[in-house]
Amino acid sequence: MIDFQTNPESYNHWKLKFDGSVATLSMDVNPDKTLVEGYKLKLNSYDLGVDIELYDAVQRLRFEHPEVKTVIFNSANEKVFCAGANINMLSVSSHAHKVNFCKFTNETRNSIEDASEFSKQRYLCAVKGVAAGGGYELALATDHIILSDDGSSAVSLPEVPLLAVLPGTGGLTRVVDKRKVRRDRADIFCSLEDGILGQKAVDWRLVDEVAPGSKFDAAVQHRALEMAKTSDRPDEEIGVKFTPLNRKITDDTITYDYVDVKIERNKSIATITVKSPNSDDLAGSTANLAGLTLDEALSAGADFWALAACRQLDDAILHLRANEKEMGTLILKTEGDSATVLAYDDFVNRNQSNWFMREISLYWRRTLKRIDLSSRTIFTYVDQGSCFVGMLAEFLFAADRAYMLEDQFDEDCRPAPSIVLTASNFGSFQMSNGITRLETRFLGEPESVDICKTKIGKKLTAEDCNKLGLVTDIYDSLDWNDELRIMVEERVSYSPDCLTGMEANLRFAGPETMETKIFGRLTAWQNWIFQRPNAVAEGGALKLYGTGVRAKYDMNRV
Amino acid sequence: MSDLTEDVLGETVVEINYDELIPNNVDLMNDKQLKKALESWQPKYVDWWNEAGPVNTKDFEVYLRTAVGVDPKGWAKFGHVKMPDYRWGILLAPKEEGRTIPFGKHKGEPVWQEVPGEYRALLRRLIIIQGDTEPASVEQQRILSATAPSLYDMRNLFQVNVEEGRHLWAMVYLLVKYFGREGRQDAEGMLERRSADEDKPRILGAFNEATDDWLSFFMFTYFTDRDGKMQLASLAESGFDPLSRTCRFMLTEEAHHMFVGETGVGRVIQRTCEAMEEAGITNVNDIEAVRKLGVIDLPTLQKKINFHVSVTSDLFGAEVSTNGASAFIAGIKGRFNETKIDDDHQLNDDNYTVTRAVDGKLVDVEETAHNAINSRLLDDYHDDAAGGLGRWNKVIKRAGFDFKLTLPYKGFSRKIGTFSEDFITPDAQVVTEAEWNAKKDEWLCTDSDNAFIQSLMVPCKEKGKYAGWIAAPRVGINNQPEDFEYVKLF
Repeated sequence: MIDFQTNPESYNHWKLKFDGSVATLSMDVNPDKTLVEGYKLKLNSYDLGVDIELYDAVQRLRFEHPEVKTVIFNSANEKVFCAGANINMLSVSSHAHKVNFCKFTNETRNSIEDASEFSKQRYLCAVKGVAAGGGYELALATDHIILSDDGSSAVSLPEVPLLAVLPGTGGLTRVVDKRKVRRDRADIFCSLEDGILGQKAVDWRLVDEVAPGSKFDAAVQHRALEMAKTSDRPDEEIGVKFTPLNRKITDDTITYDYVDVKIERNKSIATITVKSPNSDDLAGSTANLAGLTLDEALSAGADFWALAACRQLDDAILHLRANEKEMGTLILKTEGDSATVLAYDDFVNRNQSNWFMREISLYWRRTLKRIDLSSRTIFTYVDQGSCFVGMLAEFLFAADRAYMLEDQFDEDCRPAPSIVLTASNFGSFQMSNGITRLETRFLGEPESVDICKTKIGKKLTAEDCNKLGLVTDIYDSLDWNDELRIMVEERVSYSPDCLTGMEANLRFAGPETMETKIFGRLTAWQNWIFQRPNAVAEGGALKLYGTGVRAKYDMNRV
Repeated sequence: MSDLTEDVLGETVVEINYDELIPNNVDLMNDKQLKKALESWQPKYVDWWNEAGPVNTKDFEVYLRTAVGVDPKGWAKFGHVKMPDYRWGILLAPKEEGRTIPFGKHKGEPVWQEVPGEYRALLRRLIIIQGDTEPASVEQQRILSATAPSLYDMRNLFQVNVEEGRHLWAMVYLLVKYFGREGRQDAEGMLERRSADEDKPRILGAFNEATDDWLSFFMFTYFTDRDGKMQLASLAESGFDPLSRTCRFMLTEEAHHMFVGETGVGRVIQRTCEAMEEAGITNVNDIEAVRKLGVIDLPTLQKKINFHVSVTSDLFGAEVSTNGASAFIAGIKGRFNETKIDDDHQLNDDNYTVTRAVDGKLVDVEETAHNAINSRLLDDYHDDAAGGLGRWNKVIKRAGFDFKLTLPYKGFSRKIGTFSEDFITPDAQVVTEAEWNAKKDEWLCTDSDNAFIQSLMVPCKEKGKYAGWIAAPRVGINNQPEDFEYVKLF
């Protein structure tokens, strides 16, 4: 099982150091601590295990260290910054694993950019030694790259000549879209095995500045403090410690405090249920929640429902992606008290000027994006006892289809379900395309977003939701089980590849952003190249790498 | 004859619930979902019957058979009834415990009691197509009662009509019970399409052709309802058990329709032979002389056979069809008499010979057995249809005439399938378009042939009497006496 939970005490590959407003995150990959057998992580190259730790570090820097305004990203290895994804790892991995790996590493790099832009925790990359391939992509994810001008440190994307795969981790989007490198220069850069050094790297916009080897550390320190000045993060606040998740995994269930996953293997379905707090949790009742203070929320820390549920959901999705590949359909449900969820959602929204509440909101945004980017069919079921409110109501719009029960089942006395839209649904959770799910949903009828806005805070019945276009369809209790069963059975009978393609093409209508380009190009080009004999056949470049033998390519252009 | 209600009440069968308007053995009383669907559909059905069913007949009291149960005692209850009050029921053949899927890739697995999601679209399409034919034929025949050659025949027409109506109920039951909301919409669609309507026609071409004379009606019930029989028999093999059980019971009723067709055409032949004998005509091809006797000459009957067989053959779809293959492999639609065939019922490595016209000749081509499923069913249909012709020819032979009615070749005058681009004669010669057109009038009815048939369509409403072009039946329905009042016309 691939476990996405870790903590700094158990890191194999990273070191964290704190000095007031500046933290240093040093890459120090242990070649022997690989995720699976069959390769060694030489020269600070990475596999998914390295990236899982990186993701954990980025998360903890945001939540546990509100005082950190700049993160210096460097290498503990004098000779090499980072050699990128480990080639032997790629050559022994299944296609599905490679794709999952690339997706996760991109999400992590996006989360670095997200930390800088929204949490104002800036990232500074100090490149000493060679930053090659995915290693340079790590640098690209930061705000500012300083390259040591020592005659050997360089940035490079050698994949095309050496490996016959697309450079970097996100293709070349960050090179031309983020750093805006001229296309002809980028073309040359991509064909140089040894990369580019010194001032030329600055001239070509590949890095932001160079510093002589002797003055490199001082330059980095200076730049870090300068960047810290642009941050609005607090100076003295105490962070929120990410305590270990209370997670139980059995054959067919994964259980957390507020998230349950039920797996039906014979049907290829995983049902994820997010639950509102029980009354004995902190602020569990609406009465307490109404008088909740920020101090109380901070002292609840990782147990604060709005954070805890999000962490658990995030882990559940990552777990399903990596370990339950055959569960092609994810059904999203919620369970609990709508008023409680509404109170939490409102509290988070009201206190956006507080760093912790801002982080919670941003974390929901990233986690909801992770749902969008999951190559699984997503159906949301709104039934009795559900609490689709605010952040949880986003599940309706993140789904490929959402269905709502119109009435009550005879044997169930709980009221017919309703949902509540809040301000969260109109600006807190932009998708990768930069606009909200509702804006994306109603791209052809923007006035529908405005109409929905007038319904904020109101209980919307199935009929209301249907009329407003918030659900795909509504069924009464007589039809509910049959309709959903048949729909899912039909879905499961289709080609998983085809569904992945169809869903991804339908989910991201609207504007193109760097993120959508990264995932779109990664999916279209990298995954294509990863399947092609020129890269992965026995005589393909990826397989021959390290043998000294040059690959013989099929010269047909496709 | 006791009145219907009493008769039915006297023989209550446990599985039938008489508290309901609808005879059924599907526990309608306790099935809320089904009840809800039918509550909305049933009144629309009655509206459809009144609007598109037999013209000007709502007050007729017709001696009809009503199926109130599926056992031998329940499925044939006779009594006079007004058609809009007919008790259309939902009756499925009893469930066979432990039944397994008899063919295809799921062979040997337990039959499905619910629609497997994977095959939902395929099943739904098949049921809609089958269901659409049922009301279509009622619409096609709606004007016939005005020209009925006897009360006996009129009653048979109505019996066929109400049973086609019940067959629609059977298909609608499957749709609303197993296909949720879409199924309910499909059920309404069945009542919205109309035979030969320009905007919303019936799905299959043959069901948009008017049946405007009684000879056509008999031919239709013999030839086209026999397609229904073949289709129902193939669906009766289905791995989707409710479909299988529904079709098995429908087959018992379909047999009666073909009886109406076979005896109807037989009685026409008998009357023609009798008239020729009485008039001393020996040349059966002396059409003019025969027609002067007010009966239908045998060559014209052959033309009608040619027409109905070719149109009906098109209903089997393309001989080589991936849809047919999909339905077989999925275990949804089997072959005719599937369970009686001695093979592995999977046919993964088997071939079937399909005839095609190539360079002016008919040649046998091997196709995969899966792709040739429709072709096989069409061949089985032609074999099955030959039986009645043998009996008709006996009537002609007994009367001493030298004439033999034959089935046209399966490739004759086809619009669908492997022969749709070819020009083939009824006796299986491949000819050119010009040659075919030059001889067309020898094979198919001309306008003047049809006009002649129409001219004979004069009603005969007297008890025990028959129009001059058709003989009386040998026995009455339910052994009723010769002058029984099968339809009370007021």
